[in-house]
Amino acid sequence: MNRQITRLAVMGLALMIALVVATTYWQTWAAAGLADRQDNAIERVAQFTIRRGEITNRGRVLARNKPRKVGGRTLYFRRYPQGKLTAHIVGYSTAERSRAGLERSLNDYLTASNSNLSTVLDRTLDRLRGGTVTGNDLRLTMNLRAQQAAYDALAGRCGAVVALEVKTGKLLVAASSPSYNPNLVEGKFDLINRIQAPCRPVAALYNRATKGLYAPGSTFKLVTLSAALESGKFTPESTFYDPGYCEVYGKRVNNYDTTSPFGRVNLVQGLQYSINSVFCNIGKALGAKAIVAQSKKFGFYELPPLETPADERAPSGLYKGGHLFDPKQNFEVDPGRYAFGQERNLVTPIQMAMVAAGLANDGVVMEPYVVDRIVAPNGRIVRLTRPHELRRAVSSDTAAKVRDMMIRVVQGGTGTAAQVSGLTVGGKTGTAETGIRGSNTVWFVCFAGPEGGEPEVAVAVVVEQQNSTGGETAAPIAQDVLQALLPSGANS
Amino acid sequence: MSERTRELFNLVAVGLLTAIGFASVYIARSSEVSSESLTYGAFFLALYLAAHLVARMTVPYADPYLLPMTALLTAVGVTIIYRLDPDDAGRQSLWVVIGVGVFALTLFWLRRDYRVLESYKYLFGIASIVLLLLPALPGIGKTVNGARLWVDLGPVQFQPGELAKIFLIVFLAGYLREKREVLAQGRLKDLGPLLVIWGAAMLVLVQTRDLGSALLYFGIFLAMLYVATGRVLYVAGGLVLFFGGAAVVYNAVTHVQERVTIWLHPWTTEPVFCAQTGGEALRQDCGSFQLVKSLYSIANGGFGGTGLGRGTFTTTSGDPIIPYLNTDFVYSALAQELGLIGACGLLLVYMLFVTRGMRISLLAQDGFSKLLAAGLTFGFALQTFIIVGGVLRVIPLTGITLPFVSYGGSSVVANFVLLALLLLVSNRANAVGR
Repeated sequence: MNRQITRLAVMGLALMIALVVATTYWQTWAAAGLADRQDNAIERVAQFTIRRGEITNRGRVLARNKPRKVGGRTLYFRRYPQGKLTAHIVGYSTAERSRAGLERSLNDYLTASNSNLSTVLDRTLDRLRGGTVTGNDLRLTMNLRAQQAAYDALAGRCGAVVALEVKTGKLLVAASSPSYNPNLVEGKFDLINRIQAPCRPVAALYNRATKGLYAPGSTFKLVTLSAALESGKFTPESTFYDPGYCEVYGKRVNNYDTTSPFGRVNLVQGLQYSINSVFCNIGKALGAKAIVAQSKKFGFYELPPLETPADERAPSGLYKGGHLFDPKQNFEVDPGRYAFGQERNLVTPIQMAMVAAGLANDGVVMEPYVVDRIVAPNGRIVRLTRPHELRRAVSSDTAAKVRDMMIRVVQGGTGTAAQVSGLTVGGKTGTAETGIRGSNTVWFVCFAGPEGGEPEVAVAVVVEQQNSTGGETAAPIAQDVLQALLPSGANS
Repeated sequence: MSERTRELFNLVAVGLLTAIGFASVYIARSSEVSSESLTYGAFFLALYLAAHLVARMTVPYADPYLLPMTALLTAVGVTIIYRLDPDDAGRQSLWVVIGVGVFALTLFWLRRDYRVLESYKYLFGIASIVLLLLPALPGIGKTVNGARLWVDLGPVQFQPGELAKIFLIVFLAGYLREKREVLAQGRLKDLGPLLVIWGAAMLVLVQTRDLGSALLYFGIFLAMLYVATGRVLYVAGGLVLFFGGAAVVYNAVTHVQERVTIWLHPWTTEPVFCAQTGGEALRQDCGSFQLVKSLYSIANGGFGGTGLGRGTFTTTSGDPIIPYLNTDFVYSALAQELGLIGACGLLLVYMLFVTRGMRISLLAQDGFSKLLAAGLTFGFALQTFIIVGGVLRVIPLTGITLPFVSYGGSSVVANFVLLALLLLVSNRANAVGR
């Protein structure tokens, strides 16, 4: 019988070894996949035993911890002292609805589970000592005064304001209206669902500043103009005849105001008064592909760089059937309409701010960023963001010409409402019809700096479903934000 | 060094380990847990010293490792149960005391010659079938978590299946010892009783609606049949019959069907019919949520675990995430807090237990002893595999206990009887020639 017993013993041990193998599988190979699952209640709660890093902005706390004893353990719940002000960028971290914003994308740093060597060491020591693991702090680049000014100026209307520092790409303002109170996400989420706003859909959780896709209207003329000057076929002095409309594929496309055609104008006036027929003719001369190529240099057709989660941002460009559409042939896109901001062209506010910032920065677009530095609990800097060039969009010469033309728009064109005393402001208005009367998407995109000095900031403003124009509605909002961003200029 | 002195040293080491375990739970959860927990180590040491003294008197030559390993497993069990619920740990400790008492009684009763059991083999056979069918009786049977495995007699609730397992092994050891030559010839008419046992296993499966118990009893039977006859064909035929029968039952009993579906597809991306609520839900939120949460718990432990007392088993509002955590899912609690290292350490103890048990069977002199030791040991191994394998999604999950570790009186007491029998066989085998 001993032979059978030996075999049975091997069988019994094989069963145990199968258990060792299975345990190893779940605790090593499969562990990361399981940890990422949305319904992983254990992982979600376990994250709360970590004292998350704080998120601050120039000394003001945007996200801090509120410890509470649950079942004999201290759990760290999040509080957001600034409430609605920075909700979309900071996001939230809750047990019920997981995470959003920087709380999601930089979770590894905030919970000290990133693979940075010294963080790993700190965390391991914390664990061995039986202490609480403390995450790294985030320091943001924003200007909360201007952020507040943006929300005040939007005054509850749906839309977004983005402001960038042109030399560095620092995100100064990213307002998305309507906003929500992140402190309500845990437990009182129904209150967020009930937020009212004068637009459909309300979508308060949605970051319109980086994910909202809008028809750019005439603000897209900045891209067309850049392409025109870069091509060498046009100069600011090039002349056009405006009959009040433009003919594309045998069909008339009217100017915003068809009753008074401008007649003979040059390109400077074309931008100043936002004459569609001028840009329509440029588009026909250049072809759609040249304009697409120029837009790509500004960052279109890729996710706008930022530290927030990728799915909270959206790429700008031509869309077809809900997807980005990169035309292979010129005839696939109507170049005339595309050139002055129609066609199936959709852009995000941050992308339009990048266009203005690139032009203001002598043609070089800087990558936007909002996290200035990540700091370990002991004060050591874990990650310091250095300004990074996205790419050169236009030559320094083209940038200077476009800037001059934009300044003319604010001095005596469609954008006069954005004038700020003591500042040189250059901008472009946009009014995109949505097909519903009295429901326009209105824009103002601009840069500004102290009078006679170099431009310092770029701002993009969009307001949804307005019965007005960009110059009437969006430009005054930009004015308020510029005053908050550059107060010294306004006072002098 | 004599066997018993070796055992004594091992027990002292286990006592120390127990004290360290409770101390770490105390340190991690001092706000919840009283300093009395620190006396558990001393209490366990005293208890097992008493067991050791009984062993010294009754089975002086028996294997010196089985008792310390049992002590370690019960200590691990009580420690993790204490961490999950101090009140349950108090009750579990009481059961361990009773278990040691039954262990001592068994040793004293059978110290002259345990082989008298062989003469009562049919009594054990009938008793095991009666015990197995008890939960099916209306009035006293009780369904827990979809399976009928419990008997509820007012103040006393127990799982008769645990004891039935040991009775069945005693019966099979006696029966197969007697019939092994005849069976080995493989004449058709001798296979009758085997088909009866197969029928009984199927009956158990239908009655208890528990695939795990049926697999356990039938697995033990096949293993002992193989040891007795050496015919692989019987095992193969038995397995075919079992799985054939199980397939029929699968189609007839929805509970078994559900268990298998959960095992194959615990996660769905689309809502499916949810039997518990009658509505539609993702399966991980419905039928398979225990299994899935338990896998999350294991995965969360990672390589080193969170440390005793530092694991996550409740939501942020303090509600339990995994039900039946200290019985069916005690392994996933251990795997989270002790990590891969601790879980594999625990499995290693089970492996050593199996090795020692099989060694006893090899050293035993007579057929009954060999069959008894092999059956008990393989039953122990198979039970461990069925519950841990279920928790790890190796096989469909069924609700049986992890020997010596899970919370539950019947299981602890029955396994102490199993230990006593193994020590008795070992003592006799080693005593020869001394």
